[in-house]
Amino acid sequence: MEKITAITSRTVVLPSTDTDTDQIVPARFLTTTTRKGLGKALFADWRFDRSGAPVADFPLNRPSAQGCSVLVAGSNFGCGSSREHAPWALLDFGIRAVVSTEIADIFRGNSLKNGLVPVIVDKATHGWLLENPGVEVTVDVSARQLRLPDGRAVEFPLDSFSRYCLLNGVDQLGYLLSRSDAIADFERNRAWQP
Amino acid sequence: MGAQSLFEKVWNDHIVAAETSETPAVLYIDLHLTHEVTSPEAFNVLAARGLAVRRPDLTLATLDHSTPTVPVKTLKELDLLVESSAATQIRVMIENCAKLGIRLLGFDSDQRGIVHVIGPELGITQPGKTIVCGDSHTSTHGAFGALAFGIGTTEVAHVLASQCLLQRKPKTLAVNVQGRLQPGVTAKDVILAIIGRIGVGGGTGHVIEYRGSAISALSMDERMTVCNMSIEAGARAGMIAPDDTTIQYLSGRPLAPQGRDWESAVRRWRALPCDAGARFDREVDVDASVLAPMVTFGTNPGMVVPIDQPVPAGETASFAKSLAYMGVEAGKPMLGRPVDVVFIGSCTNSRLSDLRDAAQVFRGRKVSAGVRALVVPGSQAIKKQAEAEGLDQVFMAAGAEWRESGCSMCLGMNGDTVGRGQLCVSTSNRNFEGRQGVGARTVLASPLTAAASAVAGRVADPRQYLRG
Repeated sequence: MEKITAITSRTVVLPSTDTDTDQIVPARFLTTTTRKGLGKALFADWRFDRSGAPVADFPLNRPSAQGCSVLVAGSNFGCGSSREHAPWALLDFGIRAVVSTEIADIFRGNSLKNGLVPVIVDKATHGWLLENPGVEVTVDVSARQLRLPDGRAVEFPLDSFSRYCLLNGVDQLGYLLSRSDAIADFERNRAWQP
Repeated sequence: MGAQSLFEKVWNDHIVAAETSETPAVLYIDLHLTHEVTSPEAFNVLAARGLAVRRPDLTLATLDHSTPTVPVKTLKELDLLVESSAATQIRVMIENCAKLGIRLLGFDSDQRGIVHVIGPELGITQPGKTIVCGDSHTSTHGAFGALAFGIGTTEVAHVLASQCLLQRKPKTLAVNVQGRLQPGVTAKDVILAIIGRIGVGGGTGHVIEYRGSAISALSMDERMTVCNMSIEAGARAGMIAPDDTTIQYLSGRPLAPQGRDWESAVRRWRALPCDAGARFDREVDVDASVLAPMVTFGTNPGMVVPIDQPVPAGETASFAKSLAYMGVEAGKPMLGRPVDVVFIGSCTNSRLSDLRDAAQVFRGRKVSAGVRALVVPGSQAIKKQAEAEGLDQVFMAAGAEWRESGCSMCLGMNGDTVGRGQLCVSTSNRNFEGRQGVGARTVLASPLTAAASAVAGRVADPRQYLRG
């Protein structure tokens, strides 16, 4: 995984609340055996009309969204299915951080394991970001801060381990495998066997 | 150690390395269920790193998501039945399982079925276990007092390679459900009412424990329906304490402990229920006796009303967008809205008791002209049992389609889809935009309500279709 210290970008704003992973990647795109190339499926049914043409006023289709890598989303972003295709699609499209007041558990965990930074902020900050699309912000992983154009720095929660993994590009499987002896001890010594 | 909840007991029993301020806990996983859609990239990771599956004996695979619900006689004909990418996905699963020594319940197995239906049915889902699967509805298995939750594909690779996951301890939420359900009101209505109450994000960060007299009175099939939809309230897991009902259900199942092992397992399971005085981070009380059959009106499972009540008004743009998508107006009831499709199936409501509920309504009645009704059993075993009881005959005589098991129209990955603009009364778990097909409109309901709606050709109150 790539090391991430900070991401500076203009924001693209998708205000809908409870955006579920079926919207992020509709199920019909899940008949794949690789994580690659899912950007084209991102928000497919919101981005494209029934003829396959881009929907002009969908936020991610607007010219101003070009090159934006910070998505500001309505609350409870990423609810629903466990499909990791959701963060894969966002990353493949160029999104590297999602800012909301609430991000669903499984989506959040999947994001952290792929280097997509979940940024949970208070309602006031979120409200301001919703009203001011396109502002330049910095997601500072090292300082656990979202920095706004007016100089404000808003703290966001990020546990030490996830922060360490993002900053150092650490793949968590390596860490788990380094605990193999402890896992074997647990298997040997537990009171019952599954 | 002080008084512990069911969740805390199971959690503590699986700690390989304790959580610290710097590192998450290493949590041991007793059962890893897997299916064709969320596993291929995990197998790619193992292959790229030259890793073996640590405990193939604790891993069980099936084919359900992109799998046809018409009989598959040979793998060669798969491409004719589903899209070629889905056929490839299924073949890759078969190859990976063979190569890595994972037991796969495939097309040649009479034990194949929806992953969350077969675990319990085989008796491999047991109280006190940690169970994971690359599927958010893994919460279903919590009905047995297991700690069961959905994981992403990276974590599927973690479990395959290490049999463990890195986890932070979640918070706990007790949902206390007291009172007796009225006739025509089912477990599905209970969980829809709970989600309506706490909201689709209400359980985020929490494990729910469902408790109280109304929960104890439920059968295992019904408890699974409740726990299944915990994720629709944002909770990764939902649990119910094991009791006589649980133990009776598991007794004699093929992969349940046998003989002396059974006796010691039962003793262990009896000690799992929450200790008196255990604390939860939050509690919610629900009165089951006042609940009516529930139907959703919007595009998430929290947008739900009693069937005889009007659709409420909302203030947000998302709420308005949702009603527009559904073609629904605030102030008017869902009752009586014309229906195009009825789907009875999914890991929420495809078990034998669900099919019996639906058959009770269909018996001697016809699916309304112009309505397509699809009945998809949760497993091949359930299919066989239903056929032994003659339920298939009831469905077919009514004009409904009777299929092979699979996820089917719950998420429309296998070609079973709802058309654009069509309204489907569905016993599944998600009414998200496009979930059942591009532009499809989903109304979530119980099998009783779905069957009544198929017969009426409109969203119907099942209480008017009950006999005796």
